[in-house]
Amino acid sequence: MGLASREGCRPRRAFPRGFLVTLILALFLVLPGMARAQQDPFTDITATTADVEARGVTGLAISGNPRAAAVLDALRDGKLYAWKWPRPDPPLYIRTDKGYIDARTGDPVDAPALNNIRKVIVSDTVRAAIETAEGALDLFAKDPAARRKAAEALFLSADPGALPLIEKALVSEQDAGVARVLREAHAAALLKSGNGTEPDRLAAVHELANRADLQSRSLLQSLQDQPPSVAAAIATAIAGIDRKMELWGLAENVYYGISLGAVLLLAASGLAITFGVMGVINMAHGEMVMTGAYTTFVVQRLIAAFAPALDQFGLLIAVPAAFVVAGALGVLIERTLIRFLYGRPLETLLATWGLSLILQQAVRTIFGPTNQDVSSPAWMSGSIDLGGLTLTVNRLWIILFAILVLGALMAALRWGGLGRSIRAVTQNRRMAAAMGIRTPVIDALTFGLGSGIAGMAGVALSQIDNVSPNLGQNYIIDSFIVVVVGGVGNLWGTLVGAMLLGVVDKFVEPFAGAVLAKILVLVLLILFIQRRPGGLFPLKGRVAEA
Amino acid sequence: MMRFDRLTPITLGCVLGAAVLLAALNLLTPAASAAHVPNFVISLVGKYLCYAILALAIDLVWGYAGILTLGHGAFFALGGYCMGMYLMRVIGARGVYADPILPDFMVFIGWKQLPWYWQGFDHFWFALPMTMLVPAVLAFAFGWFAFRSRVSGVYLSIITQALTYALMLAFFRNDMGFGGNNGMTDFKDIVGFPLNRESTATGLMLISAAVLSAAFLLARGMTRSRFGKVLIAVRDAESRTRFLGYRPESYKLVVWVVSAIIAGIGGALYVPQVGIINPSEFAPGNSIEAVIWVAVGGRGTLAGAILGAILVNLGKTWLTNAFPEFWLFAMGGLFILVTLFLPRGIIGLFMLRGGAARPEAAADNAPGAAAAESAARELAG
Repeated sequence: MGLASREGCRPRRAFPRGFLVTLILALFLVLPGMARAQQDPFTDITATTADVEARGVTGLAISGNPRAAAVLDALRDGKLYAWKWPRPDPPLYIRTDKGYIDARTGDPVDAPALNNIRKVIVSDTVRAAIETAEGALDLFAKDPAARRKAAEALFLSADPGALPLIEKALVSEQDAGVARVLREAHAAALLKSGNGTEPDRLAAVHELANRADLQSRSLLQSLQDQPPSVAAAIATAIAGIDRKMELWGLAENVYYGISLGAVLLLAASGLAITFGVMGVINMAHGEMVMTGAYTTFVVQRLIAAFAPALDQFGLLIAVPAAFVVAGALGVLIERTLIRFLYGRPLETLLATWGLSLILQQAVRTIFGPTNQDVSSPAWMSGSIDLGGLTLTVNRLWIILFAILVLGALMAALRWGGLGRSIRAVTQNRRMAAAMGIRTPVIDALTFGLGSGIAGMAGVALSQIDNVSPNLGQNYIIDSFIVVVVGGVGNLWGTLVGAMLLGVVDKFVEPFAGAVLAKILVLVLLILFIQRRPGGLFPLKGRVAEA
Repeated sequence: MMRFDRLTPITLGCVLGAAVLLAALNLLTPAASAAHVPNFVISLVGKYLCYAILALAIDLVWGYAGILTLGHGAFFALGGYCMGMYLMRVIGARGVYADPILPDFMVFIGWKQLPWYWQGFDHFWFALPMTMLVPAVLAFAFGWFAFRSRVSGVYLSIITQALTYALMLAFFRNDMGFGGNNGMTDFKDIVGFPLNRESTATGLMLISAAVLSAAFLLARGMTRSRFGKVLIAVRDAESRTRFLGYRPESYKLVVWVVSAIIAGIGGALYVPQVGIINPSEFAPGNSIEAVIWVAVGGRGTLAGAILGAILVNLGKTWLTNAFPEFWLFAMGGLFILVTLFLPRGIIGLFMLRGGAARPEAAADNAPGAAAAESAARELAG
């Protein structure tokens, strides 16, 4: 890693060395009033020697002159013109579309005779200096975010030439966060410059150790020929950074695991109802998920055709739509197929497998075998940086959605009228019937509820997976595993099972590969069921015997 | 019971008679003759017979021990892989890379040495027992754990499915040394007979028919014996059988391993006839499809498994040619219709009038009957 970044710096190696001179000279510049007249940066940038010209660029950037940005822009674009002949207080022009303006004031001026002026030539050295300087100019911007960005850029470049600039910015900086980045940038530049007293350098190493990311690590690693005390500090700092990054890596794995777990949780929540509560083995459950995904696709198409204004809210509309479509399909399936097979789980398994084949082929016939294009709204794209973590926003939404769905489901089962009936029928069918509950209706609605939740899972999956007829197939085995691990008929168990499976999967993956991880999880599951056939949280007492 | 006795000679007669007749019509008639059976029919029939062996293995465990296996394709494929390894080794220097020892795919992925588990597969006398031993060992290890910890019913079904799924993922990996995604193909000959010669194909088909008949007799003998009676008792009332002093897990384990061996032999015969073996044979869908063959023919009748395998595959061959779009609809419909309206299968349709005394017959005969449904739900909790 360290080696790679050093390789990356090689083309620029000549440039910082040239800046050693600049650095020393520039240090003089910031001393108040000192040699201002002779060292006017506006004069320096017109110099024909690259070193002096680059010094002028830096000087202009540090000067805080409001015209600096415009002049540097003009210089880079080859629109800066200097007076050709020696004279006191030589004028400086910028050529614009409308004529010439005075570079120092920005006021329009009469066009000078072309034989009196010359274009200021920009060499590679100067161009690089302009880049650094332009980034650095933002250090004095009004917006703290812009200042922070500029400071970060300076940190990454670790350019000793920017030291005076950073010091100047540090003096006036009010925002604590930006000031920290500035100190880090200062430390990086200082270490890179090879100058500075030993205590200064030790402090700089300490600063970088606190930052603790890949860049500071590679920067520290690239430092050579340090005094022993500094070298020792660097070694400790690198070790510390490695430890911290390992922790972040761990956290990242947990995040990925939780996000996979959320996906599994969504897919398995519906199954926890149909399989867990009703005891129906629905092999077509994956196809309910697929139905939800295709509903999302259709809803987006309809919105694009009839109400383009609602573009951003397509997914929000798709969630209830998918619930209704998949739920209705579930009720239909229960009434026409499942109800004839109650109490015969093996036959149910076969019949619903057949159903899944039919549903897949139906979708293939209607929509074609290729993946359908489901778009993501703007509020679901992008990512958030959190310390050393990068969290993708769509995954965050899915985690949130999974929790919401599970919470709503639990609340509905506990407090809802339908939920009460469902529990009554599950616990004692005959007594429930005697109390006036129409058990066949409840059966159909329960199955519809489970299927509808699968449909909502499909909406979420359409955001992270290919919407194809095989979509459901990829989740059916995992979903069953989650429900079985969590314990049949136990929604909390489903939650724990999904998270466990997701996190285990992501932790095994890095050192075993995705396929082997899958195999390992399956083997673990087989062993797990051997040990605890009732799942993580087996039902106890008479219920378990029934 | 007398009716089953009539069924046995009919089944044997049909299988062997049809195989010999087709072989004779293929070899002894001129190609132009109207009675001539073309080669592709012979290899198709050979394939069906191998499927029938697999179906027989499934019926043995599902029909008589009540174990709904959704992963028997794994044993079938393992037997096939063992045979494929032999066929691969005997290609020798005739491969594309002309390496006398290493199969082509190993040369391709840069292996220098034959892995230890490939040793010995150049001998037929070694490979043949392996086609039975490998599935048997896996079945024993799996069954030992599963039946001892009393995993049964749907859970067992799902674990068998997970088993074949895991094997499929494993065999897809190149570094397993079994050809990865592409599997093994381009076989040249088997014990000296070139595979592209029609007499070899006919011979393999006849051997398949003979093996199927032998497996049928073995399965019939097992299920008719005292052992088979206990097995049926385990299927219908496992707890009661246990309380009577039997060990259901041992009975299940024996029949499970025998069934895996039969499936392995089926796979071993299948590979030289279709000329390829790849990880898709492990796909869970294949195993479930094989279960429906048994269901169509009639679960727990043995003859029904053979009938179902051949009928469904005939239908599949015809449909995938005539209406390729329609095959999955037909297949799915078959699953639903058979479980709803034909719980005893085709053979059961003829047996039903005799009133076969099976405890679950009441539920089977009247699907949807309110009383039965309610009682069954009560049991299922």
